[in-house]
Amino acid sequence: MSSTTVTTTPIAAPAAGAQAPPKLFGIDSRFVAPIFITFILLVGQLAYGILESYAMTALAIVTAVALELVLGRLLVGKWPHLASAYISGISVGILTRSPYAWPFALCSAISITSKYVLRVRDRHVWNPSNFGISVMLLLAPWAYSTLSVQWGNNLWPMLVIWALGAIITYHVGRIHITLTYVVSFFVLSYVRSLVTGHSYWAEAAPITGPMYQLFIFFMITDPKTTVRSSRWAQALVGFLVALAEMFLRLAENVHAPYYALFVVGPAANLFEIYLTSRRAKS
Amino acid sequence: MRKSPIARGLLILFFAALLATPFVMKRWHERAGSPSAARAAEAGTDSAVFGRYGFRLEEVSKQSGVDFAHSAPTLDDKLAHIMPQVASMGAAVSVVDFDRDGWQDLYVTNSGEGSLNALYRNRRDGTFEDVAAALGVADLNRAETGVSMGAVWGDYDNDGFEDLFLYKWGRPELFHNDGGKGFTRVTDKAGLPSWANANTALWFDYDRDGKLDLFLGGYYPEDVNLWHLKNTKMMPESFEYAKNGGRKYLLKGRGDGTFEDVTAAAGINTRRWALACAAADLRGTGYPDLFIANDYGVSELYFNDGRGHFRDAGEQTGVGFAPKSGMNISFGDILNRGAFAAYVSNISEDGVLVQGNNLWVPREGTGGDALKYDNLAEEMGVELGGWSFGAQFGDLNNDGALDLYVVNGYVSLDRGANYWYDYSKIAGGNTSIISDAANWPPMKGRSLSGYQQKRVWVNDGAGKFADVAQAVGARDTFDGRSVVMADLWNRGVLDVVVANQRGPLLIYKNTVAPENAWVGFELEGTQSNRSALGAQVRVYWAGQEQVQEVSGGSGFCAQNQRPLHFGLGKGARVERVEIRWPSGKTQTLEQPEVGKVHHVKEA
Repeated sequence: MSSTTVTTTPIAAPAAGAQAPPKLFGIDSRFVAPIFITFILLVGQLAYGILESYAMTALAIVTAVALELVLGRLLVGKWPHLASAYISGISVGILTRSPYAWPFALCSAISITSKYVLRVRDRHVWNPSNFGISVMLLLAPWAYSTLSVQWGNNLWPMLVIWALGAIITYHVGRIHITLTYVVSFFVLSYVRSLVTGHSYWAEAAPITGPMYQLFIFFMITDPKTTVRSSRWAQALVGFLVALAEMFLRLAENVHAPYYALFVVGPAANLFEIYLTSRRAKS
Repeated sequence: MRKSPIARGLLILFFAALLATPFVMKRWHERAGSPSAARAAEAGTDSAVFGRYGFRLEEVSKQSGVDFAHSAPTLDDKLAHIMPQVASMGAAVSVVDFDRDGWQDLYVTNSGEGSLNALYRNRRDGTFEDVAAALGVADLNRAETGVSMGAVWGDYDNDGFEDLFLYKWGRPELFHNDGGKGFTRVTDKAGLPSWANANTALWFDYDRDGKLDLFLGGYYPEDVNLWHLKNTKMMPESFEYAKNGGRKYLLKGRGDGTFEDVTAAAGINTRRWALACAAADLRGTGYPDLFIANDYGVSELYFNDGRGHFRDAGEQTGVGFAPKSGMNISFGDILNRGAFAAYVSNISEDGVLVQGNNLWVPREGTGGDALKYDNLAEEMGVELGGWSFGAQFGDLNNDGALDLYVVNGYVSLDRGANYWYDYSKIAGGNTSIISDAANWPPMKGRSLSGYQQKRVWVNDGAGKFADVAQAVGARDTFDGRSVVMADLWNRGVLDVVVANQRGPLLIYKNTVAPENAWVGFELEGTQSNRSALGAQVRVYWAGQEQVQEVSGGSGFCAQNQRPLHFGLGKGARVERVEIRWPSGKTQTLEQPEVGKVHHVKEA
């Protein structure tokens, strides 16, 4: 672990090596992802009431943004851009299910702080909200669970979100990760179906839920915590996340996608850092 | 990042503190609210338990001559792979003094095809005798006509004897009580639906005309015959947003055993998956409002406008905002401030689904049409039960504060195999997937939140409850469904009866510290319905006020005894009692004697 400069580039920043993308729908790229996730929240809440409560979601967002401001100012010496923290906060606010208020704040706090603490060669290696949620699931299962249900009986909001998400991830050069993961999930669902003997649709069912929309558009595509070597490498990581998830699901792990990314994401980053360092030395 | 080692050290310390927080919170929560195991051990002997909590429970069903075991139905073969979770309800108990001898009797439902319901007549000597078969209310469970889910009692013709309404997955049945000596089936002329897959019903007088009305809440749609499925697309369309359940019936009683379906005219057109309902005047209008706890969705609270219309104010009041898995609704004035809190049970399973039960407490300063509720389950310590079903408020130790008994546990099969992963997998699926039972992974004998402990939450009177179930003797781990409270031996204490799915009927005899005073009221309406359902009794004593209402059904598939029981605490005297009858009349009793049940007739 080292401590150097922390940047808080928003999630929709262009992938390494790419030029800054043009504005999407006339919106500055930095604001595309925050606007998109806010849209998901609004669709989910207004159509189905997916939130535990407005107050608890607000608590998660406020905690994330406030902590980002404090840590950014104290440790980096300047006011950070808040898009990333906002996305982390809103992800926690949507995904957290708890009757208590404190897990919302704590999960956000762990997510944001992890960016500043768990760093290797100037990179944080875990997606913040994935880290926060995984830690909460491991340490506070008696008080914490995640959103695990579907949008409801109407397919349209989900299709709209998927379409918009595809446009945005294409725009920011991350669509190959999303597509690789989604295709892998559906194919591996078939494999799981063969192993378990359950209906194919029972195995594929989870990906139709709202949790996965945040997972594929915001967590596995996070530019700060995905490998940077090449698009092929990024797609490979997307596949490995789906593969790890398959094994976790076969072991009947309820939180398989979170734990799969929790393990594969940093492992891939560390491997890339190791390779980069070896190349630099040679 | 600034490279100050101090800043780095402080950051790491802060991070470590964050990671340690769940452990600290767990300890804090355990100390604050769920001390069952620890305090049971700490409490030690029976006398220590008695001294600490003021009561203890002893399971006495065998000694009482009650040997009842619930059996579940065997539904269509297409559901065989998930039968234990579909055929997971039907164990119910309701309390009635059907023969008006002054001793509370028990009606218990069974659900296996060919199984018998039981009517346990209280022999007044500590034992019960099943008279259901002799009186014609036993053999009611057939695949052709459906199987029992629960029963509620109310005197629909005001002849002084409580009549029986039996709701089923099938054809609901109405029995007239013939003077406590037998029952006559009057279903055919009553105007009831020919088939309803119902899990909840209640008697009430929603229009205050002195004739009892019925509310019946469907769970599965009424065109589904669970023994002969047309197809397997009969499951909820969503785990939290389902609106494809059974219809609801508001049946206006004519006082002669016939009913008029006024559901549509009353504005009740919900098709949520109702599992529990209860009625009480929550706004001081004199008319009963209707609370429905729904599985797979939000609760509904229907305000009664007194002109025959109901308006869903669930979202407005706060109780219908977050969708959960509502399985119980019971009312209790837990803070002795003359207002009802509402308890809704849900599902909590560590690390998988932590919905938490809801304790809806009226927000101070709100009322009438602007009534708002806050969920204070966490603050008051009654949030986490497990897979909770029935719950009832009652003063178990006669200390003057209402306690809460909650039963938990869904499907107890193989202790070492868990169905939760597969359950959560399908629960996240889109409508087309979750609504088709064929897509549901087979249970293969696995448990789903099985073998769970119960909660006996003792109210300290100051806004905190502590779970003392293990300490006081409520130690069973059957799949609890229906729970009721009744003074079965006329001793001035509330005993507890629990009906368990595919399990025995348990009778917990309560022994209470004798120094705590109590008073009871058995009401009889004259202008109001004779059962006095909807009558409110306010007892004022020692600077406190507690309100209770005579109920025609509450909890989960349950009905408590009709007489109202008030604990008062040590050496207390009642200052006055105000009775507000459904007719609108009021009666005041000045300084009624404690330690007895007062029989009060509407003047």
